[in-house]
Amino acid sequence: MVVVRAKERIGSPPTPLPPPAVRPGRLHTHARRLWADRALLLLLLPGLLYFLVFHYGSLFGNVLAFKDYVPFLGVQDSPWVGTDNFRRMFADPLFWSAVANTLLIAVLQLVFFFPVPLGLALLLHSIAGDTLRRFVQSVVYLPHFLSWVIVIALFQHMLGGAGVVNGWLNDVGVGGISVIGNPDAYKPLVVAQLIWKECGWATIIFLAALSQVDEQLYEAAALDGAGWRRRLWHVTLPAIRPVIVLLLVLRLGEFLSIGFEQFFLQRQAVGPEAGEVLDTFVYFTGFASGDFGYAAAVSLFKGAIGVALIYTANKVAHRLGEQGVYRS
Amino acid sequence: MSTSQGRPHPPWMERPGPAMRLAKGIALTVVVALVLFPMWTVVATSVADPQEVIENGGWVVWPGHWSFAAYADVLRGGIVTRALMVSGLVTLVGTTLSLCCTIGLAYALSRPRLYGGRFLLLLVLFTFLFPPGMVPLFLVVRSVGLFDQYAALVLPFLVNVFNLVVMRGFFQSLPTEVMEAARVDGAGEFTILRRIVLPLSKPVVAVVGLFYAVAYWNRFFEAIIYFNDQSRWPIGTVLRQYVIGGAALSESADATAASPQSVQMAVVVLATAPIVCLYPFLQRYFVKGVLTGALKA
Repeated sequence: MVVVRAKERIGSPPTPLPPPAVRPGRLHTHARRLWADRALLLLLLPGLLYFLVFHYGSLFGNVLAFKDYVPFLGVQDSPWVGTDNFRRMFADPLFWSAVANTLLIAVLQLVFFFPVPLGLALLLHSIAGDTLRRFVQSVVYLPHFLSWVIVIALFQHMLGGAGVVNGWLNDVGVGGISVIGNPDAYKPLVVAQLIWKECGWATIIFLAALSQVDEQLYEAAALDGAGWRRRLWHVTLPAIRPVIVLLLVLRLGEFLSIGFEQFFLQRQAVGPEAGEVLDTFVYFTGFASGDFGYAAAVSLFKGAIGVALIYTANKVAHRLGEQGVYRS
Repeated sequence: MSTSQGRPHPPWMERPGPAMRLAKGIALTVVVALVLFPMWTVVATSVADPQEVIENGGWVVWPGHWSFAAYADVLRGGIVTRALMVSGLVTLVGTTLSLCCTIGLAYALSRPRLYGGRFLLLLVLFTFLFPPGMVPLFLVVRSVGLFDQYAALVLPFLVNVFNLVVMRGFFQSLPTEVMEAARVDGAGEFTILRRIVLPLSKPVVAVVGLFYAVAYWNRFFEAIIYFNDQSRWPIGTVLRQYVIGGAALSESADATAASPQSVQMAVVVLATAPIVCLYPFLQRYFVKGVLTGALKA
């Protein structure tokens, strides 16, 4: 912008500036900078509008958590009830059962999902042939792009009562095992689904970290007579430790956000006892039972815990000397 | 594992022994089969002869006789055809709008001297920390008049913060000298964006576009809460109702020449096909697009 003005000065004969009526104050400079950046501001306006309406607008909608929502009165005119909704929540056994399911699934995901992409990334990285490696990568990334509806349809087709695996087991005479719709098998099943869908995609970040390991370290280790096991242990893993720690910390920050669609789609099959998690609890109290104020309270509670977790996780990351999600 | 064209074999990566190579080969085969086999049986069941499906108990691994009756059945103009058209349209319009908004935001916020830029960036990033709850978002969507509107599948998800961060990071990594030179030549921001930045940003635009397109194509839940009218359902919602929920799909049950399982699997294939078709073309941009953007941010 400065440059353009300079060009004007060169092109036109120097005209004396009109004497300023008032000293250019702060407001004046602000207006000028705003005007100078008008093209950029115009570019970001539609996106900004989206954030204001749908994100900040719905942030205000959270007042519903402190109201007894009556549909024909609307959000504004529904009566205030203070913290009644929250008190109800803490006394509600169904809420605590949803919390327990959420925490258990989150722990299972952490223990059983987290190491898989790392192992797969190490395996992929050890493939020397470019063509083969690219083929395997393409295949394992693919499920990430399928919707939960498709993934669950696939699992039903494979593991359902009339599914492929059961059919085979019947053919060899072992007898069927029921996985789909079995409350006892639900939690391992959802973790298996997550691994099938996302573990390939999760290797991307590990692969990027692996490709940045200094090759001289490997060479030096090899010269010193380290076999592949020692190189893996003493060179590879220490080199990608920051990434592992960062991802672990990130995962802890999103501990309660184990997903909605996957559980919404399968809750009916196993019943709320085994299948209810916090997000489906919000949906079924709010939309299915019409108890919007209560549902908003639960979701606000979950959101607040979530922010606290991310904040803590980030602090932990800094404490460990890592970059973290954001720098404050 | 036998070929190593492309990169020379580094001295520390000696060829593994036969046992190791066998183990790796088995592991890779298992991984690939675990992904591809379920998809294959779905395709096989969808094109199998109805008699065969019944004999086999509802699924087929290798169809002896091919029959496309299931596809003819669901594509005859019923709810599946309509749902595919709805999803296609929503995906097309939504991806275009999302890309425009994201590019605008990302470019403006990547300029270092933008007036109020830091504040606006924080304003946007904060929403990542505190996503809108399901109930408040529902009330906003209803109060801006999107009930029973296709726009309810697009507008509430117009910009994704992750995609925005990826794109902004990519824009920041572009060399500023070219842009400065254009500015000296009198080019405005729009010209710089269109003539210089976007042509250099094909990988990231392709990747972010794919992310948006997949998200729009896969959307199903919003139709359940925002649409009363079932004829407006996208393919995901139909899939949930008729495949996962197990409701009968054929509108005239006697007229069909396909088994119900084949019909269901045909819907799954149709819902998956656009993604699988688009995927190979954009796949080569993944790593380049995502990582240069995300790691810089």
